[in-house]
Amino acid sequence: MTDDGASAFALVDKIINRYGGERGTLIQILLDVQKENRWLSGESLEHIAERLHVPLPRVYEIATFYKAFSLTERGRHLVTVCLGTACHVRGAPTLLDRISRKLGVKSGGTSSDGRFTLLTVNCMGCCALGPVIAIDESYFSNPSNSDFDRILGQYK
Amino acid sequence: MNKLASAQDLENLRQRVAEGNKAGVTLSLCCGTGCGANGSKKVFDALSAELAKRGLRNVTVKRTGCHGFCERGPILIVFPSEICYLSVTPERIPEIVSKTVENGLVVEDLVWRDGGKLFARHSEIPFYAHQKRRLLANNTVLDPTDINDYIGCGGYAALARALFSLTPQQVIEEIRKAGLRGRGGGGFPTATKWEATRSAADPVKYVVVNGDEGDPGAYMDRSLLEGNPHSVLEGLLIGAYAVGAAQGYFYIRQEYPLALENARRAIAQAEEKGLLGDNILGSPFSFRVGIHQGAGAFVSGESSALLSAIEGHVGEPRLKYVRMSESGLRGKPTTLNNVETWANVPLIVAKGADWFSSAGTAASTGTKIFSLVGKVRNTGLVEVPMGATLRQIVFDIGGGMQNGKTFKAVQTGGPSGGCIPAQHLDAKVDFDTLAGLGSMMGSGGMIVMDDDSCMVDVARYFVDFLKEESCGKCLPCREGISEMSSILNRIVKGQGKPDDLDFLEDIAVLLSEASLCGLGSSAANPVMSTLRYFRKEYEEHIFQKRCSALACKSLIAFHIAAAKCTGCGLCRKQCPVCAIGGVAKSAHRIDQALCIKCGVCLEVCPSKFGAVTKMSPASSLANLQKQ
Repeated sequence: MTDDGASAFALVDKIINRYGGERGTLIQILLDVQKENRWLSGESLEHIAERLHVPLPRVYEIATFYKAFSLTERGRHLVTVCLGTACHVRGAPTLLDRISRKLGVKSGGTSSDGRFTLLTVNCMGCCALGPVIAIDESYFSNPSNSDFDRILGQYK
Repeated sequence: MNKLASAQDLENLRQRVAEGNKAGVTLSLCCGTGCGANGSKKVFDALSAELAKRGLRNVTVKRTGCHGFCERGPILIVFPSEICYLSVTPERIPEIVSKTVENGLVVEDLVWRDGGKLFARHSEIPFYAHQKRRLLANNTVLDPTDINDYIGCGGYAALARALFSLTPQQVIEEIRKAGLRGRGGGGFPTATKWEATRSAADPVKYVVVNGDEGDPGAYMDRSLLEGNPHSVLEGLLIGAYAVGAAQGYFYIRQEYPLALENARRAIAQAEEKGLLGDNILGSPFSFRVGIHQGAGAFVSGESSALLSAIEGHVGEPRLKYVRMSESGLRGKPTTLNNVETWANVPLIVAKGADWFSSAGTAASTGTKIFSLVGKVRNTGLVEVPMGATLRQIVFDIGGGMQNGKTFKAVQTGGPSGGCIPAQHLDAKVDFDTLAGLGSMMGSGGMIVMDDDSCMVDVARYFVDFLKEESCGKCLPCREGISEMSSILNRIVKGQGKPDDLDFLEDIAVLLSEASLCGLGSSAANPVMSTLRYFRKEYEEHIFQKRCSALACKSLIAFHIAAAKCTGCGLCRKQCPVCAIGGVAKSAHRIDQALCIKCGVCLEVCPSKFGAVTKMSPASSLANLQKQ
């Protein structure tokens, strides 16, 4: 491995080492890498498979089964719209439509300036405040059209 | 931090903490996820700054977990007077500190008021007064990040009692006598599970906390893990002692970052105190706990799937030829209980089975936490004795419907449950009654719906949810749900066929009889229960292309009444697709071909004009325009 390669995976290695390189912790390792990098690149998955001595298809099986993982690069901020039941009956689908139009992307897409990726989630457990959205780890209850513009402006 | 080497050490610490808590005023600020979203962090900063400015050193501010009344957060309770302030903002803090903290007076416009009457004390507010808060009781007084706080409230005394006064068998007997049934939804007797694991031959056993809480519309477990993580950990420790396990796991979904953080911290603090590790409190019992973070898959909350996930595999269910109590995690005997089930255990061991079963019904004992959400006035977390009626929960605690609307149904049991209509509002909420009504207790989601909620759309919502979440391993679930989804999606688009309802019923039978796990076998429940109580709505969608709730986009149209429209232009400016035409001060008109039915025009039209209306079927608009 070249020096460049080693530094590219320094973070991934640090995470693997934190879990003692144990195979059973594959999901936890992927979650941490996802959190740090906001996505899982093909190279990082190959590297993890190699380090843990796990077949690459198994790493892909996990990375594609769970919703938390993304195999494509995400925007700098995640806009997550909750579609849980309580949010649904209080108008989450309409809110999602509006946000989707504002960002110019469908769920899963990243805005052209790379600032935002729009995601949906089945429940964030903030049901009393529905409909709820989260931007990164901050939650907002039923933002109106103008609220949403103001909130988005805070994220560069 | 010194380790606690005996039950006496624990008791001494409890006394010291309790003594310290008596002095001065304590301000308990809810910093659960709900109040956090409403700005409790800023309130905390303002509070700290104000107290420092006034030099009030004997006032303690506690950042607690969820108080439950999420609708009106951030919530601040002043102890010992128990004055409870709702919807607190940073700007109001100086007034609260000067009036209440320094002079014991009430800031009247920040307390609950109903019909001209003020309810200043926390326990007087109807939302709380009609509850029986046992599991949630300490959420208003505990700092979940400080193990001493939990110990000061008598925490870990149940563990000490189990370790030094009861045999494992006696612990199981106490749980059996209490009648504790699983709070995750199934209602299986907890003691029977424990006994089976205990009597399994393999000496290596595991205990696991199921904190996956995948049901949309439910956040009971989240609030327990965030607000009182030690109660769950203590329950797990007692369970481990009873079944003979030396290792346990918390499985918590990654959508709950604060729950993960607080559970992690609780485990670390318990280790430092010697409440986890070798020879706990000086007894022969040793136990360790790990945390597994879920990665976002509803089906992984199913017991066998959850254990697969902890082993590092994809979280798919397995066939359960062999019970988990004989061969569970890594092939070893395993007891898996839901968060709320574990949190009940210390209460039972500390206060006894008779105390526990003094609340509830004969077959469903104790209390249950529900997330009361949707179209009800007071949304939040409520804890009631099993057997309370739906009416008591929705109307006495929940304060009835929002905006003067009419109650239509309450959805319980998540995607495996069903919708219960108004004629059953006096039904008792317990495991068996709800099942008899075609729904289920589930983990405790209670989503209240009014006339604006379309029951066909609700059924479609759950079926689409399950279609997405089905792991696809078994054919009946994968194909059956998918077929149901396409039928329901056709119906809500006004393309339903006369024999669709019979076909839905056929698929429901197939799903319930042939699916591998509970996800598939219960998947038809939302459809069957809405068909049972709201068949007329389905028929209206199919035959008249009408959605009486005005919720299904394809079946509605928006209309501006020319007689009421003053041409103010608000709707025209806000319409995202420029479908509204008209000049200032003359009536506007919606171009139906362009309209995407987003509803912005209805939302922004000032109520004094009320010119925009929704109607269904969409064809009725044509008739209106002809007139």
